[in-house]
Amino acid sequence: MQGKKISRRSLLGGAAVATVALVQTSVGKVLQPIQTATPPEDPTKTVGPLPSKVGTRSPFENSVRKPSDISSRTPLQDMYSTITPADLHFERHHAGIPTIDPNKYELLIHGMVKRPMKFSLHDLKRFPAVTRTCFIECAGNFRTGKEDMTPQEILGLTSQSEWTGVMLSTLLREVGVDPKSTWFLAEGSDAAILTRSIPVSKAFDDAMIVYAQNGEAIRPAQGYPVRLLLPGWEGNTNVKWLRRLEFGDQPWMTREETSKYTYQVGEKVRQFSFEMDARSIIIYPSYPGKVEPGYIEIRGIAWSGRGKVNKVEVSTDGGKNWEIANLQEPVLSKAHTYFRYLWHWDGRQTEILSRVTDETGYIQPTLQQLKDARGPEMGGYHLNPITAWTVKRDGSVWLKPEEFKKL
Amino acid sequence: MIRWINDNFKTGIAVFTLLAVFGCGHNSQKDWPDSFGYGKTASKADIIAKDIDVRPDGVGLPKGAGRIDTGALIFAEKCAMCHGVGGKLVKGQKLPAPALVSDTNFVKRKGNTVGNYWPYATTLFDYVRRSMPYNAPGSLTNQEVYDITAYLLYANGVIKKGATINAQTLPKVVMPARKYFVNDDRRGGNEVR
Ligand code: HEC
Repeated sequence: MQGKKISRRSLLGGAAVATVALVQTSVGKVLQPIQTATPPEDPTKTVGPLPSKVGTRSPFENSVRKPSDISSRTPLQDMYSTITPADLHFERHHAGIPTIDPNKYELLIHGMVKRPMKFSLHDLKRFPAVTRTCFIECAGNFRTGKEDMTPQEILGLTSQSEWTGVMLSTLLREVGVDPKSTWFLAEGSDAAILTRSIPVSKAFDDAMIVYAQNGEAIRPAQGYPVRLLLPGWEGNTNVKWLRRLEFGDQPWMTREETSKYTYQVGEKVRQFSFEMDARSIIIYPSYPGKVEPGYIEIRGIAWSGRGKVNKVEVSTDGGKNWEIANLQEPVLSKAHTYFRYLWHWDGRQTEILSRVTDETGYIQPTLQQLKDARGPEMGGYHLNPITAWTVKRDGSVWLKPEEFKKL
Repeated sequence: MIRWINDNFKTGIAVFTLLAVFGCGHNSQKDWPDSFGYGKTASKADIIAKDIDVRPDGVGLPKGAGRIDTGALIFAEKCAMCHGVGGKLVKGQKLPAPALVSDTNFVKRKGNTVGNYWPYATTLFDYVRRSMPYNAPGSLTNQEVYDITAYLLYANGVIKKGATINAQTLPKVVMPARKYFVNDDRRGGNEVR
């Protein structure tokens, strides 16, 4: 059976980009395609691989995440538009990725509700569904300090997907939330059993219980089979591997909303800092890229956790003058928005920057403005400063590093 | 089921009003039934199996009381290999986990620990029980969690030797950094906060 299939395929083609190897199988030697990045002299003279069950990227493309022990970062500099391929979505886990059997999965909703209920994955999928494109950004998404940093290293903890699931408000009709309930607890089923308290108003606004990402089931690293989606809110609140929602009348003060995801502002510690403020970055040109004098289309992404991007301005003279960049339509609320600006570079050293304004009128600040507003003990969460790139005479592009020590 | 739908009719109206107030414009819900009927009622046992959280008012705390001395022994055996001897940062030594013990001085702190940063003592019980030890989460008994909680509060200088830590007293422990915590005051618009 197997031999027949392979020989038919090898007759019709099935040779990969360049190499066809003789492979020993149980039924003798057959030709088998092998993927390689060595192109043939002339691709029109070689029949390529036939259709397969699951595709792969071109062997010439090698976009990868940058993992550490606790997170991995999206290669934003490689993105031509705003959807992040699911396997390049950033990761942040507190105790690794759990393996959850979708057939045993249950979401429990209880507490201040009329009828405590549990929903299987099948149940969740039967409810009227909604699809929404939005970003998820980690609240600790800022690094600086060296010239040789890529967009991925500076702020690769933001990614965007098209999410599908059921509005949380739809499920809440079933359980009947007590109108006196003001907060709910969301709990994951990873080894950290991660928990966050969320105001009930968000549940009735735009919170979703999602099971699909970019048209397929959510990736394990993103919460398979089900995660909470809170558009525009700090990544940690979008609890993955969601197993339980409990409704109550006060926050639970979990470790993730007290010891972590809080930060000093002046003499105080800011808590329950949910919305991600507006931010933008030029991703082309950026380190370690090189450019030539002449026309350069500056490209980047901008977003706001408070709504739509209103405008993006680009400066090519170190922030003295600002010009309006083109926004790629459609501009979606709480979503990465692609911007482009055509620049003629005269070959002299300069700095290029971008600055977003969102629909609330909030203007992306500099790091200095954030320091001025938050004081010398400023913590490391919710930093969204303007990023400046230095373009040197040889065309090399470098981050303009800034001084910042986080506590 | 039918009886429940009737029972729930009033709540349904309340929820619809809320939806109108908060403006959920994703679905045209005019043709929706009061209930889709998907999902099952959760039993008490279903809830007890998963409801492990502890609130600042003490709801969720089990019976028992923490012993500082025993907590110190358990910490040395099950926690110190990652969090350092006595939960403290040792100069020049890189720990695989954050230091947990220093003092109660928020203003002069060099890093965040239980004593100088955590605003609620109940968080310690809740977090250790659900997540620690990192290499064997969920392996501690309630008694062990109480003992460790008492020990870590004592080691940080939050409670005195001889203090009783149980379901009544833990919520009443005033954490030194509590007074510094304020709610987010950012609200969009043309200002930097
Ligand atoms: C194998 C290493 C390891 C062991 C053993 C371990 N922990 Fe941890 N612990 C960690 C890591 C890693 C973190 C940080 C987890 C995170 O950030 O999500 C942590 C975090 C914590 C925190 C929160 C710290 C903070 O500042 O937010 C507490 C409290 C804690 N552990 C207590 C304990 C106790 C009590 C024990 C013993 C019963 C223990 N740990 C055993 C690795 C360990």
